[in-house]
Amino acid sequence: MFSKRIIPCLDCDLALPQGRVVKGIEFRQVRYAGIPWELAKKYYDDGADEIVFLDITASHERRGTMVEVIERTSENVFVPLTVGGGIGSVEDARKVFNAGADKVAINTSAIKNPRLINEVAKYFGSQACVVAIDAKRRYITSTKEAKGKIIVETPEGQCWYECSIYGGRTFTGVDAIKWAEEVERRGAGEILLTSMDRDGTTDGYDIPLTRTVGERINLPVIASGGCGGMEHIYEVLKETKATAALAASIFHYNVFKISDVKKYLVKKRIQKKK
Amino acid sequence: MHIRVDRGKTIGQTMKLAIIDYGMGNIKSVCNAFTYLGAKPVIVDAPSRFNADKIIIPGVGSFGDGVKNLAPFVPKIKDAVVSGTPVLGICLGLHMFLDNSEESPRVPGMGLIKGGVRKLQTRMKLPHIGWNSIKIEKKRCPLFRGLGEEYVYFVHSYHPMPKENTIAATARYGCEVTAAVWKDNIYGTQFHPEKSGKAGLKMLKNFLEL
Repeated sequence: MFSKRIIPCLDCDLALPQGRVVKGIEFRQVRYAGIPWELAKKYYDDGADEIVFLDITASHERRGTMVEVIERTSENVFVPLTVGGGIGSVEDARKVFNAGADKVAINTSAIKNPRLINEVAKYFGSQACVVAIDAKRRYITSTKEAKGKIIVETPEGQCWYECSIYGGRTFTGVDAIKWAEEVERRGAGEILLTSMDRDGTTDGYDIPLTRTVGERINLPVIASGGCGGMEHIYEVLKETKATAALAASIFHYNVFKISDVKKYLVKKRIQKKK
Repeated sequence: MHIRVDRGKTIGQTMKLAIIDYGMGNIKSVCNAFTYLGAKPVIVDAPSRFNADKIIIPGVGSFGDGVKNLAPFVPKIKDAVVSGTPVLGICLGLHMFLDNSEESPRVPGMGLIKGGVRKLQTRMKLPHIGWNSIKIEKKRCPLFRGLGEEYVYFVHSYHPMPKENTIAATARYGCEVTAAVWKDNIYGTQFHPEKSGKAGLKMLKNFLEL
């Protein structure tokens, strides 16, 4: 049986000693959670199916590199490792693969240079090429602004989704759902889909967003942003075609454990016993 | 099932465990896994340095490129197989044990196991990437000692279809997938034990203890 994945995400600030894992609230305020390779080991021991590391370093004063983080992690952690943030070229990707990463997630550089998706897929295989999309709801107030956009019905009203880059600091005008379709055509292997409206909240995943992307493309979708409880993970895996659920704070701050989620999903018949 | 994998202290310290580096993909994870288990793997990147009690052939990439790059090592691998040395092929490493592959039709494999490598005949998405449970078909296969129906990590579009009765484990992914083969001292996994958590480490430990 093919299994759905539970993926803890480590947002790493490499300007801090030992590349601390931090977690923002709606992409802003931060709390410190721990040292990346120690958290990764803890999650691996608890049954994580994969671990995502995102470099969110804003400062140019870096004390460490993602290469160090991945090298130290891969000595003790034997599940797939995905690295995102700051991957701007095939060469950047090669460095983290050589350090022990299995996949790279590209976002800003893919929007600025879409050919990078083709190149990463060609050199390292589609399975190693994840495209991260940070999508923000734009509610429709007039037919004019809706022109050329893919409109999604949500309980809060009709909206389209706009891609943001630079960790949510810049908006691009790009329709996130159309972009997901292009990403698939260019050979990406997977989409890491984050709702910026939900990220850092505990309100649950953006179901209409995840459902729409899951129905329009044939790639595995990792749902991200907003997980506040096990029922949210159940909801997104049941209500949409997402094959993986990503979460950060709930695991960092011990709201519940990955093993608890897995037991819960078995009980809810989303997953077979592992 | 709860699997306990102790971090090895002495296993394999005295034995020469060769990981063949023939330029096909990253061998770091495989090395890390064996190091974690207490072995001291030796990376063999030239046939002249070949000397081993156990051999690992990892590999990610196409069959044609793999066969071309592995060619200089093949005589030594075949000698080792004849002399009874345990050999473990992972993913592409396993594919090359067979006679040929649909992926690169005119390229001959090592022919250590009769049969060919075929594209997965499934309606599900290819490549097959992710965690899938396996069914152990040969309970006596030493690789699976202490293990049951485990979830393991796959990344592939092709799988071996041996003509000999050598399939040691299978998986379901819209079709039957060959997950592992076993013929005497030749072992192969289609999945990546080095990325398959504790179940994968246990298989590698079982291989070390052969």
